[in-house]
Amino acid sequence: MLQGTLDMLVLKTLAQGPAHGYTIAHSIEQGSDEFLQIEHGSLYPALHRLHTRGWIASFWGTSESNRKAKYYRLTPAGRKQLAAQSSRWNDIVRAIGMIMNPAAEKSK
Amino acid sequence: MNWRRLFHRDQTSAELKRELDAYLEIATEENIARGMDPQSARQAAHRKLGNATQIREEVHYMDTLTALDTILRHARVASRALRQNPTFTIAAILTLAVAIGANTAVFSVVNSVLLRPLPYPQSDRVVELHQDAPGAAGLNSLGIGLPLSASMYVTFTEKNQTFDSMGVWWLGTAVVTGVGEPDQVRVIHLSDGVLQALHVPPSAGRLLSAADQAPGAPDTVILSHGYWRSRFAANPTVIGSKIMLDKPHEVIGVMPPGFRIADTQADLFLPMHLDPKRQILAGFSLQGLGRLKPNITIQQANADLARLIPIWMHAWPSFDGGSSDPIAIKVYQEWRITPALRPLRDAVVGNIKSVLWVVMGTLSIVMLIACSNVANLLLVRAEARQHEIGVRIALGAGRLRIAAELLVEGALLAFCGAALGTALAYGGLRLLTTAGPDTLPRLQEISLDARALAFTLALAALAGIFFALIPASKYASRLSMTLRDGARGASASRERHRARNLLLVTQVALALILLIGSGLMIRTFVELRNVDPGFAAPNQVQTMRLAISPLAAQDKERVARIENDIVDKLAAIPGVTSVGFANTVPLDEAGPNWDGILIEQQTYRGGYRPPMRLFVDVSPGFFRSIGTPLIAGRDFNWTDLFNRRPVVLISENLARELWGSPASALGQKIHTADPAPWFEIVGVAKDIRSSSIHEPAPPTVYWPAFGIHAYSASAIKAVRSPVFTIRTSRAGTQGLADELRRAVWSVNPSLPIAEVQTLQDISDKSMARTSFTLVMLAIAGAMALVLGTIGIYGVIAYSVAQRRREVGIRMALGARPESVRRMFLQQGLLLSGAGILFGLAGAAGLTGVLSSLLFGVQPLDPFTFAATPLVLLIVALTACYIPARRAAAIDPAQTLRSE
Repeated sequence: MLQGTLDMLVLKTLAQGPAHGYTIAHSIEQGSDEFLQIEHGSLYPALHRLHTRGWIASFWGTSESNRKAKYYRLTPAGRKQLAAQSSRWNDIVRAIGMIMNPAAEKSK
Repeated sequence: MNWRRLFHRDQTSAELKRELDAYLEIATEENIARGMDPQSARQAAHRKLGNATQIREEVHYMDTLTALDTILRHARVASRALRQNPTFTIAAILTLAVAIGANTAVFSVVNSVLLRPLPYPQSDRVVELHQDAPGAAGLNSLGIGLPLSASMYVTFTEKNQTFDSMGVWWLGTAVVTGVGEPDQVRVIHLSDGVLQALHVPPSAGRLLSAADQAPGAPDTVILSHGYWRSRFAANPTVIGSKIMLDKPHEVIGVMPPGFRIADTQADLFLPMHLDPKRQILAGFSLQGLGRLKPNITIQQANADLARLIPIWMHAWPSFDGGSSDPIAIKVYQEWRITPALRPLRDAVVGNIKSVLWVVMGTLSIVMLIACSNVANLLLVRAEARQHEIGVRIALGAGRLRIAAELLVEGALLAFCGAALGTALAYGGLRLLTTAGPDTLPRLQEISLDARALAFTLALAALAGIFFALIPASKYASRLSMTLRDGARGASASRERHRARNLLLVTQVALALILLIGSGLMIRTFVELRNVDPGFAAPNQVQTMRLAISPLAAQDKERVARIENDIVDKLAAIPGVTSVGFANTVPLDEAGPNWDGILIEQQTYRGGYRPPMRLFVDVSPGFFRSIGTPLIAGRDFNWTDLFNRRPVVLISENLARELWGSPASALGQKIHTADPAPWFEIVGVAKDIRSSSIHEPAPPTVYWPAFGIHAYSASAIKAVRSPVFTIRTSRAGTQGLADELRRAVWSVNPSLPIAEVQTLQDISDKSMARTSFTLVMLAIAGAMALVLGTIGIYGVIAYSVAQRRREVGIRMALGARPESVRRMFLQQGLLLSGAGILFGLAGAAGLTGVLSSLLFGVQPLDPFTFAATPLVLLIVALTACYIPARRAAAIDPAQTLRSE
């Protein structure tokens, strides 16, 4: 999966509320009906990257099973970024769709 | 923020590990909840995560890469900016290169000469056996203290408790025959203990030992490495072969290359033949050194030797075959002989210490000036870019990031300057080692080593930080204001100039300090040159040293006849006006001979020890040849010599001291001590400076070069190692040197000739240290002047450029060009004036540092302090004048229109 896309999905997941690494991966997989399989390993570099850019922030908290885990939440900058990225994503999808299914798209 | 991540990589790594561990726990639990058994639950969780180590490495790498990436990006931006402004860049880099290079070179010299230990193992344990004798009048003026006598050596070695090994040595010459043409070589005679104390193993064979110096032992010799290479072609079987020095000597060893004893170089090393039973108290002519036992301090060793002095006094007679002499003991007690040991390195390095630190100090000042110059340049540039910077900040660039960019720019400049400077320093040092003054100790050891390079890097780093701080601090904080100030056409606020003005004032002050220092040294040099050394026109006096060994002439009268013949032959050479010889020439390093004299008319109480006078053996014609006039009486003639008449000449100051006037000295009789023959004074010569130009001429007694011995009527004296002095306008030419050789060899073809040089060469060598200091200070002063001028010019020129609009307005409102010009000249004058005032204050405080090097001029010399600021002021005004004129030529209409 494209690096940028994973970032976007993470941001979207966090828009629903703070979560730790495992939960984020799980949400994406479940939310896509198991279609998207994330290599959990590549999640952590992505989280680090997003953190560096200031789009997410981290804090240590307690998980559901009473374990210490590192949680992430969306920052205001991240929220703006998410809005920009999803609108761009929608544009891309529409553009590709116009080429793949010209009649169907034009009639939308 | 990038920097923070770079430095917190480890912390990040640890946190990530905790995070991944937490993930594994949670994943495992979820799997168990789904029904897996604990073991497979854990395995599944691991599989889902992937390679944890790899993840951590990737994150770690991300951080490193970004930091490096940032630095590279900044560097690229900075180098592009610098390349777009080539004049500024080249000016800054050159200024820095010269300043850093000079500092590195001098630091290398200081490091090699002063800081690095001598090339002996654990050389800090090796000391020079220096002793003072404050009660022995006349000896202390030499400044080298009292040398050791052989009897002292025996007492000290036998009875000391604080030394591992010790010994004595002296430098002489010898003639080697039987290997090609007769060769005069430098020989160090050593006692047992010297080589042991230095701990330097021979590169072949063995060292000398106590057995070699016992009387009657077979004659042995050790070769120096250089002599072995040049005379024996590095033949490895040289050990055991014999060389001829008066008598055959067996070669028992070869020293390693570059070996010197206390920085004195010799070709051969001979054992001193000492019979420990048959020594007398006197004969103070030996240098001593020793290796202290571990954990013994110098004070302890001093006390140990001080305890031995009275033992020494009572152990030896005053003359061979006698017994302990109470009169002599009393005299030596009056001398108050005090051991004053010092580390051998200090003895070697000597006076040069103060010179080198002074030079280092001045070059540091130049470095400061150079740095402030470049900082000024950077400030100017930053000011020009402030609009650009302001815009960038408004668009969101972090302040820290701007500061980082400026830092990188400064660092780039500093490192380019350092690289170029190191190359310059390397070249300069090579030049110094090949063409430097011989009197600089340890010259051959000077090199650019790791410590010097580290010093350079430190300098460059400091410089870079300095540059970055100034503009960064100025502009990073006030950037919100710059945009509010409006378009770039606005007049600059006065506050912005403050930093630059301050830098300029500092530069001028520092430059003035250096120039005053140089001025004082120039005056010292001139004063030294003007000192009347007692001889005349030394560039017209050719000297050469001969050696007449017992092989060439066994009988002493024969030696004198040979010398006489040589004088005649030399005088016959065309162009030669007069010829003479003596056992030593003025300002030469050859060890002088000192002793006391007693006057006939005077009665001396028992035990009186007369003050020390310089003794020189001279031939007839010597004074004429070196240009020393006779104040009273007459010179020797050859009849005096061959009739062995007991006649002497004395120096003017001695005549005045003892008899009040030169004329009254004539006809008086003197002798050295009681059984010695009386000599009549037949002439008085003008004072001659002997050991150095700085020191006053010593009272001297001139003995005939041949005749009865000054100490005993039954002995005959001749000079076996004469230095001939030939006055001719052709002195110093190769043609003359050839003719001299031919003349000497026509009398006796086996006589070796050495040290062919003019009296001027000898005099220059003795002034070498002062000349060296002067040259260094003058260079520093010149650099300071140039840098200061550039600085003033830059500031005023920039001021003009900044105030173009203001000038335009003024001129449009009716101001005349002269008043505009005057305005800028006044600004320049004010700044320079302030700098000069501070510089004068600083110089007044600092020139005391130079006082040990000055001669004939006070540290607060009024002439120098008045003239130098004037010169600087004129230079400053000239530097201001050009931009001021350009300001006056501004066309008001143009400046107003261009807004």
